[in-house]
Amino acid sequence: MNHTTHFAFFDEGSKREIRRAILKAVAIPGYQVPFASREMPIARGWGTGGLQLTLSLVGLNDTLKVIDQGADDSVNAVSIKALVGASTGIAMTDQTSQATLIQSRHRIPEVPLTENQILVLQVPMPEPLRPIEASEQVTKRLHAEKEYSGAYLSLFEDILRYGTMAAGADHPVMVEGRYVMAPSPIPRFDNPKLDKNPALILLGAGREKKIYAVPPYTQVKSLDFEDHPFRVEDFGGAHCSLCGTQGVFLDELYDPTTGRTWHQCNDTSFCGRNAP
Amino acid sequence: MIQQQAGALLKVRNLTKRFGDGCPQCLEGLGTGNDAEEGPLHHNYCPICGTVHALRDISLDLWPGEILGIVGESGSGKSTLMRCLYFDQEATEGEFFLDPFDGGKANVLKVSAQARRAIRHTLLGMVYQNPVMGLRMNYSAVANIAEKLIAAGSRNVGTMTARASELLDQVNIPLRRMGESPSRFSGGMQQRVQIAKALSNRPPLLLLDEITTGLDLSVQAKVLDLVRQLQADLGIGMLVVSHDLGVIRMLADRTLVMLNGRVVESGLTDQILEDPQDPYTQDLVHSLL
Amino acid sequence: MAYVAVRGGQAAIEASIHRLGWQRARGLTVLGVVACREGLQALVDQVMSEASLYDEDTAALAIKQAEGSPEEAVFLLRAHRSTLARKYYSRAMGGESLRLERRISACFKDIPGGQILGSSRDYTHRLLNGALVEETLDDLERLVATFEETVDGIPLPSTDRLPKVTEYLRQEGLLARPVPDLSPPGDVTKQYLTFPARRSERLQTLTRGQTGAVSALGYASMRGYGSVHPTVSELRVGLMPVTVPDPLGGSDAGQDEDYYVGEIRVTEVESLIPVAVPRGPGVFDLRFDLGYGCCFGQNETKTIAMSILDQCLETPEEPYPTHDEEFVLSHIDAVETTGFLSHLKLPHYVTFQAKLDALRHQASREKP
Repeated sequence: MNHTTHFAFFDEGSKREIRRAILKAVAIPGYQVPFASREMPIARGWGTGGLQLTLSLVGLNDTLKVIDQGADDSVNAVSIKALVGASTGIAMTDQTSQATLIQSRHRIPEVPLTENQILVLQVPMPEPLRPIEASEQVTKRLHAEKEYSGAYLSLFEDILRYGTMAAGADHPVMVEGRYVMAPSPIPRFDNPKLDKNPALILLGAGREKKIYAVPPYTQVKSLDFEDHPFRVEDFGGAHCSLCGTQGVFLDELYDPTTGRTWHQCNDTSFCGRNAP
Repeated sequence: MIQQQAGALLKVRNLTKRFGDGCPQCLEGLGTGNDAEEGPLHHNYCPICGTVHALRDISLDLWPGEILGIVGESGSGKSTLMRCLYFDQEATEGEFFLDPFDGGKANVLKVSAQARRAIRHTLLGMVYQNPVMGLRMNYSAVANIAEKLIAAGSRNVGTMTARASELLDQVNIPLRRMGESPSRFSGGMQQRVQIAKALSNRPPLLLLDEITTGLDLSVQAKVLDLVRQLQADLGIGMLVVSHDLGVIRMLADRTLVMLNGRVVESGLTDQILEDPQDPYTQDLVHSLL
Repeated sequence: MAYVAVRGGQAAIEASIHRLGWQRARGLTVLGVVACREGLQALVDQVMSEASLYDEDTAALAIKQAEGSPEEAVFLLRAHRSTLARKYYSRAMGGESLRLERRISACFKDIPGGQILGSSRDYTHRLLNGALVEETLDDLERLVATFEETVDGIPLPSTDRLPKVTEYLRQEGLLARPVPDLSPPGDVTKQYLTFPARRSERLQTLTRGQTGAVSALGYASMRGYGSVHPTVSELRVGLMPVTVPDPLGGSDAGQDEDYYVGEIRVTEVESLIPVAVPRGPGVFDLRFDLGYGCCFGQNETKTIAMSILDQCLETPEEPYPTHDEEFVLSHIDAVETTGFLSHLKLPHYVTFQAKLDALRHQASREKP
């Protein structure tokens, strides 16, 4: 029953197939390329899309960073690192600048990415039009015809009802003026980082079997209205209690002894306290 | 035959819609428009291959600001005609020209799907018999109208909300109810929201499909008044489909009579009502009196 | 600052996995893989069917490792399956080649070849048998011996090729003869499933479907959230020979050159649904249409439900969710369902913070 595992888990044929889907995704920025998503040893919905991208791309000379909700040592990030590590033996890092390949769930690191890096984002729901249209056949046609009234309509209705675009995370974006794309549930704070980013950004949805991409220096614009411009989360001037940094995405914490709310850098490897 | 005239807002030529592939018998045996020639068809149905010939060689012209009535019993093809013109259904054959699109030179049945959507959003307004077809029942009335404005390129919430309120006011939806969804409205109100939505981008052409069917008589009268008033104020060309000659008499300048997927008679509405030529039209007019 | 946000995922995971091992072991009872395979046959069958992997020993191992959780065992088998090389496709097989262990029809009392009840729990009274608590090997041996004495030997599957009940209806013209589709079937494990799906892809997705999910949707269709209420023409359980074409023989290799690779136990259901076939305007002929189900192992309820859903998806014009192939096919996979539901246990701190900000933003705007 014991069988030796291939480098990076997959056989080469599977990797090539996934890379072909990646190439297509890079050629058509923002377009969801269907692929025959493999069954992985971690659960569907736990980053199998991102993991398949990582495994199809990783080479012996790569250095991998895996983060989950901003943290390198979050349980699922640790689990994914262990799986990739066991089948490749490659170097792992917490430092964004040292990584060649970064797999992340729901955050783009605070340290700016470079041309030599690939960011892989895990995606639960790749279809930005799904909330207004359940059928895949119909959403495919809407994308083909660039019919995005529905995406704007739900934002419009939010503004009407709540006075604000209530999208929270996963705020839809327009890629290179052509495809509306779900950026994965990154906070709105990270949306602007997608725009003209020097790194290749790949997005993988394992359960929904889609791969899509934002190639380097691609224009990415968050959907908004002229009189209700897109806005990122506002921490009201709060700063990280550990390193004092402002202007980054902060975790909100509650101290039960003092009853006070305090903040801390969400990107744990960026936080000055942990930086080398 | 209708003469091809310059300046027509809408020109339809030989529009055909079949449900089914057809067979040699029904395709070749079809009449050329002569009423007596029914070929092998049973009404519009081919008993050999089961194909439904919903529209057969429909040609018509509509001038700017004119109201053209289309009357006929259910199954005559009039609703299918509207759906083909609004691109809800794909016509099998034929041509369809709209003056504001490419100067009326391009057959819009053949342009790209994207161009068809643009035409649908900016040049056409549609009011369906069943409001479920035309409205998002769980979005607010304002958002329903905004959808059409967004589709036409607007990205300003303030402007769109103002325009939606103006339109809803025009069709007598009270201000305090504009934030509610049409699912909470009466049938007559839903129809009026549909009309407001259809008007949102000031289209030169409105398609009205049995818009008063199923409404109470008093509500019917209000909706018809509204349509007449809009036509007078805005000068929009309209295609009005109804099985009810009363509606046609009230609204239409000219009228086509459809039966089994074909036009059996056309002319000025008064003339058709006073002096019907086709036996079917005669029956129809007599039943009205 | 006295308090630091939770860190140390590595140590926590290791401790959790360590504890999981303890939890399995603390009863100090070794559950043998053979015991799983022989004593939990129904679970083995269910798990093989949902995993799309016919291997009783591996399934038994997965069940042992998963401590009996079917979803976990299926998950293990699927992950294992995706590491296996898939070199050949078998010949298309049909239920007429089954060596029958069980065969019943709800359509006719008397069918050519007869009804074969085989082993079935259908007519047992569901009363707990306290005697099983103290069951010994001696008890089992006595049971086996008594049975084999009664039937004069070990019951073997029938070698007769019995005609299908549907054949009778076809001869009468009440059921259309199928037009054989000779194109190679789709494989949703290798190619992304697009809609509208081919029938082969639908059947493959249904047979892999989670037993509970497939049964629930089939049941919903019968209860009115669908329009299919069938009669079971025939339910067969038996052993099906599997052959693969000679891989060196090229595309025109004859069946005589095929390699026989073994037998698998399957359940096959053909159910009949009356349909109206238009003959003219307003005139219809009543005919039967066939719903098909086939699953690994003895999986009777699921296979019946599959045959209902097959027929549902053949009639997408019906306005019910059970006739909507995207609805049905996208929501019945065990691994996809449990994966996405369980991912809700993952931290959502960032996404929740973003939502919180939107809520606070609204509240602050409404302050006078």
